[in-house]
Amino acid sequence: MNLEKVIFGFFIVLAATLNFGFFIGDIERPELHNVYELAAALIVSLIATALKFGDRTQIGAIHLSTSLVADLQLIAAAITWGVAVHVTGVGMTPHVTSSVVSLSGGALFANIVSVVILIVETVMLRR
Amino acid sequence: MVNSAFFLVLRRMRAPIIVLTVIYGIAVIGLTLVPGVDAEGRPAPPLSFFHAFYFISYTATTIGFGEIPTAFSDAQRLWVTICIYLTVVGWSYSVLTLIALLQDRGFQKTLTVNRFVRRVRRLKEPFYLVCGCGETGNLICHTLDRLGHAFVVVEKDDLRVQELDLQDFKTDTPALAADARKPDNLLLAGLKHAKCRAVLAVTNDEEANLAIAIAVRLLNPCIPVIARARTPSVAANMASFGTDHIINPFARFAEHLALAVAAPERFRLIELLTALPQTPMPEPHRPPAGRWILCGYGRFGHLLASHLRPAGIELTIIEPESADSGSLPTIRGYGTEAETLLQAGIAEASGIIAGSNDDVNNLSIAVTANELKPSLFVVARQNHSVNTPLFAAYGADFTMVPGRIVAQECIAILTTPLLAAFLDLLRERDEAWSACLVGRLEAQGRGRTPAVWSIKLNIAESQAIYRLLMQHRVISLGEILRDGTDRGTPLRATTLLVRRDKQLILLPPDDFRLLPGDELLLASSLAARRNLELTLHNPNELDYVLTGRETSGSWLWNRGAARAKAAGLGSSD
Repeated sequence: MNLEKVIFGFFIVLAATLNFGFFIGDIERPELHNVYELAAALIVSLIATALKFGDRTQIGAIHLSTSLVADLQLIAAAITWGVAVHVTGVGMTPHVTSSVVSLSGGALFANIVSVVILIVETVMLRR
Repeated sequence: MVNSAFFLVLRRMRAPIIVLTVIYGIAVIGLTLVPGVDAEGRPAPPLSFFHAFYFISYTATTIGFGEIPTAFSDAQRLWVTICIYLTVVGWSYSVLTLIALLQDRGFQKTLTVNRFVRRVRRLKEPFYLVCGCGETGNLICHTLDRLGHAFVVVEKDDLRVQELDLQDFKTDTPALAADARKPDNLLLAGLKHAKCRAVLAVTNDEEANLAIAIAVRLLNPCIPVIARARTPSVAANMASFGTDHIINPFARFAEHLALAVAAPERFRLIELLTALPQTPMPEPHRPPAGRWILCGYGRFGHLLASHLRPAGIELTIIEPESADSGSLPTIRGYGTEAETLLQAGIAEASGIIAGSNDDVNNLSIAVTANELKPSLFVVARQNHSVNTPLFAAYGADFTMVPGRIVAQECIAILTTPLLAAFLDLLRERDEAWSACLVGRLEAQGRGRTPAVWSIKLNIAESQAIYRLLMQHRVISLGEILRDGTDRGTPLRATTLLVRRDKQLILLPPDDFRLLPGDELLLASSLAARRNLELTLHNPNELDYVLTGRETSGSWLWNRGAARAKAAGLGSSD
């Protein structure tokens, strides 16, 4: 067992699960989507991205790109939330909530791809 | 390869970025949990994510705007105190890692190699790959630069590469500090580049030259490789896998010296034509026949003996160690003392060769011999170019500099392949013919050696004359050898040879009729070369040189001129 692989897998799966946790629930209802969960998903996703730095293989490159997509989507979701609550003062209306959640849904898809690649990589491994 | 620096940065920055993300996460989430206080001192809800992130961002980067949006509660201040220390540690760690990375030798090496590879890849013109930039390599580089050829340098010594950057070359010169024995480095230097014309293996190390030669033969068999070899075994090894030119400076010098004794005028002509272009004219050497003393009977001595004896020179050898000198009379010693020289019969000798591998000894031999017999012809071997001032001050009758011999031969082979054909034809000519040509070149050169160059009358190299010749215009050689600025003066150039298909015409006369596809070998100054190249390439210049008309080449003007001419003709009818 390799500690590096454990940490790597842990962060990738955690990013996906946190993201899923935030995403699940009626898309219009703000009380079902906790902002802390969004923050945690963003932080874990950033850490997962950093972990993927510097791998020059083909699979490493795809890992990094999916992670960057997830980051981008989550940052967009966070900015949407921040603008709605603090800048325009509209608050978490069903419209804003649904756009934040759907952005995180996109990130979830990228995270799922990441997990799939992780599984494929593991299956391909012969040791 | 090009991305490797980027990946190196990413890999090294992985830990600092993770640490920073975690610290930011803890600080921001903590701040959104600690309750605040409002203006009247009543408990207020904690900061939202947006404000918490804003606050941590400016606090962590030590900008510090104060407590925004409202004054903090004591609980918040307690948490912020912890956050400040955490984030400062995180940032310092990241910045220090980045700075350490930038100063890392390995990283800087990666950056230099990347820059070198980019510059080689961008080379648009044909270039030569010079491996080894010692005394010989440096001389070759400078000559190539003066002739306007591009080149790439691979040199093991870091310092020499840095020196190369300081010398201002006209052409863009990528130089890499790397071991040329490794094929990877040769590939980086453009061995497989479409514009790589030839490889020169001129390092000081025999084995390295051998390794380069074989790497070029296997990796890019289409381009010629020129290698320097000192020992016969290495030369034979190089020849065995088809190295195009093997240059042994000792053998070449021995040949030259023997030729100078046997046929001084022909030797003088060869010396002028193969000298580095536009350097001061060498003194004529007239070594006498008779009995010579040879000091030092190593590899160089052996080669000299084997070449000089057929030329009719009797040799006496002075050698400190017992050597197998065959039938030659041998005296033990260095030759630096008068006693040894007298013993070797300096009184009856007509020449002496100071040929040991020690420059100081060679000078000492030469000076002592000259004092004993001032009329003696002295040949001195100079091993290192740093001693040039000493050898110049002494002024031997003939000085042998191995680096210079290799450089001359490389330049002659690379820049004018036709010269070899000319030198072959020379063997059949007598001394008077050579003396006549030498006189012409000396008068033309005004104290400088000529540049020997060739030009082909085809569309690529000389399109103006090619188009005229294709229209069956009769143009003789004498008509184009005119100064382009004033056609009244002839150009100071000598046509040595014309190659027409397989036929070689030696020293064509002025009324020689040119045909398309002819290849001309000329000896002239570099200025005359540029002059003639422009004449042959530019239709307006050529028109002026042939007819004396000044035309602008503009289509409208030419049409106007043609109409005026037609009208003039019409009225005269």
